[in-house]
Amino acid sequence: MSTPILETKGLCRSFGAVIAAKDINVRIEAGEVVGVIGSNGAGKTTFINMVTGYLPPSSGDIRFEGHTLIGKAPRKIIRMGMARSFQVAQLFPELSVLENMLIALVAAESPRPSFLNPVSTPARLRQADEILTEFGVERFRDSLVSAVPQGARKLIDIAMALIGTPRMLLLDEPTSGVSVEEKFPLMDTVMRAVRHHGVTVLFVEHDMEIVERYVSRVLAFYSGEIISDGIPAQVFADNRVRELVIGHGHGAPASEKSRSKA
Amino acid sequence: MTYIDRTGLWLIATAAILVAGAFVLPHWLTFILTLALAKALVVQGVVVQMRAGLVSFGQGLFFCVGGYAIGLGGNLLGIHDAFALLALGLVASVGLAAVIGLLMTRYRDIFFAMLSLALSMILFGVLVKSQTLGSTDGFNVHGVSYLGVTFDGANQKIAVYILTVVVSCACALFLYRSQHAGIGRVCEAIRENEIRVEYLGLSPRWILYAQYLVAAAVSALGGGLTALATGHIDPEMAFWTTSGEFVFIALLGGTMHVAAPFVAAVLFAFVRTYAIEFTPHTWQMILGLVLLGIIIFLPKGLWSLVSRNRRVKA
Repeated sequence: MSTPILETKGLCRSFGAVIAAKDINVRIEAGEVVGVIGSNGAGKTTFINMVTGYLPPSSGDIRFEGHTLIGKAPRKIIRMGMARSFQVAQLFPELSVLENMLIALVAAESPRPSFLNPVSTPARLRQADEILTEFGVERFRDSLVSAVPQGARKLIDIAMALIGTPRMLLLDEPTSGVSVEEKFPLMDTVMRAVRHHGVTVLFVEHDMEIVERYVSRVLAFYSGEIISDGIPAQVFADNRVRELVIGHGHGAPASEKSRSKA
Repeated sequence: MTYIDRTGLWLIATAAILVAGAFVLPHWLTFILTLALAKALVVQGVVVQMRAGLVSFGQGLFFCVGGYAIGLGGNLLGIHDAFALLALGLVASVGLAAVIGLLMTRYRDIFFAMLSLALSMILFGVLVKSQTLGSTDGFNVHGVSYLGVTFDGANQKIAVYILTVVVSCACALFLYRSQHAGIGRVCEAIRENEIRVEYLGLSPRWILYAQYLVAAAVSALGGGLTALATGHIDPEMAFWTTSGEFVFIALLGGTMHVAAPFVAAVLFAFVRTYAIEFTPHTWQMILGLVLLGIIIFLPKGLWSLVSRNRRVKA
């Protein structure tokens, strides 16, 4: 059996009396696109935060390509080949979009930035422009990030995460705060880029239409536990998921709604 | 950017003009410029940290170490060469920063500011209580030579002035270069969003530590040159009001360009000199009003006038 790209064993995390993660066992193979669903407080973001080193688990193990991530700082995990984006895009708001890209490029090249070599080299500028074009945000190149619309910020955040050529990308609600008109074009752009870079993806999402359209596998969280794990149709048909996560008829995927109407 | 671009050439040309001025300017003026440029080096140390979002209210610590290295190197170790004494101050300051930087870089915001102030006041306390280190009076610096050549009287002042201009120019070129290099840009990123920097695979703490050492090095050079120029050192160099003055000048000039601290330090020196001359009992109030005006009308410092003018022309 091949080594999974990500594996968690008996992962637990509590905040005082509140249990945010309880015995989470997940095995994700390279190339999968996994959606994580669950109501607020179900433990989805806690799971991503533990995997990316932001929160230490209370117990259990996390392995990335067979190597444990326990006790490692986020920057070490990033250097191992993992990347993440955030629910609220984490950028450098008072710098331009181009400067954000250049900093990500500098970071990807070395963990010790140079004291003397200028950041704005022709090679880096060309690379930054290519990435901005790939994500369709080249028109914001010279704008301050603080002046860029929310959807574009989300794309820039994800583009920066992909600059380090990670093998796995974790996205925390990539379409939150994005308008209904923007969410599918945004996800199309992101999924095109991750396919192009051959990256395994795990993303947290509240929007079931997004989950159904883009993922090959769903993990449904409830109260810190995984209550269902499988292909989307199987998970969405699970009674516990329908009762505790997506609700009967509320927020169910488009195909589910159309089936129930029929 | 070539190795020395247009700004680099401007810095070198300005330094050349200032060096030439040594032979035509009155001695009182070169003396004020020497102290202003030396002080500007310490301000550069403050600005380097401000760019990363940290405000040091204790940069007088390294200013003082640089100054005392000049005095102690001559009095206790028998070193009299100005370059060796400056190097001694630099090594002592960076060595001290290497130790306390491990603690300092764990803190941010007001905690960093207060801790830096506390450490400089500890040094002040040690110096005041130590007879060997000159106690409250400090001691004089004398018998300094320059690569084997000794000067006396006015020539000594000119030699220190030229040395200060050359050292300032070299530091400015290095700092300008690093501001536009990876480390400088990442410092700005740390100021904006430290978590993101960590999630780009960089260690904000390592970068802040490296910049802390750079700040200590340039501040020590400023302290050493001040000691050479005034011929005297005392614990006031580490006192909190001295550090406050460096922050004042940093705010006056702004953090946008490496030339800003030099311009601000020279302006500050003249404002203070003339304020003391004309209103000896209320000069602090004049300085306070100047700072108030800068914060209200030019929150990014005097240099924002230059960059604004450039934007208008563009």
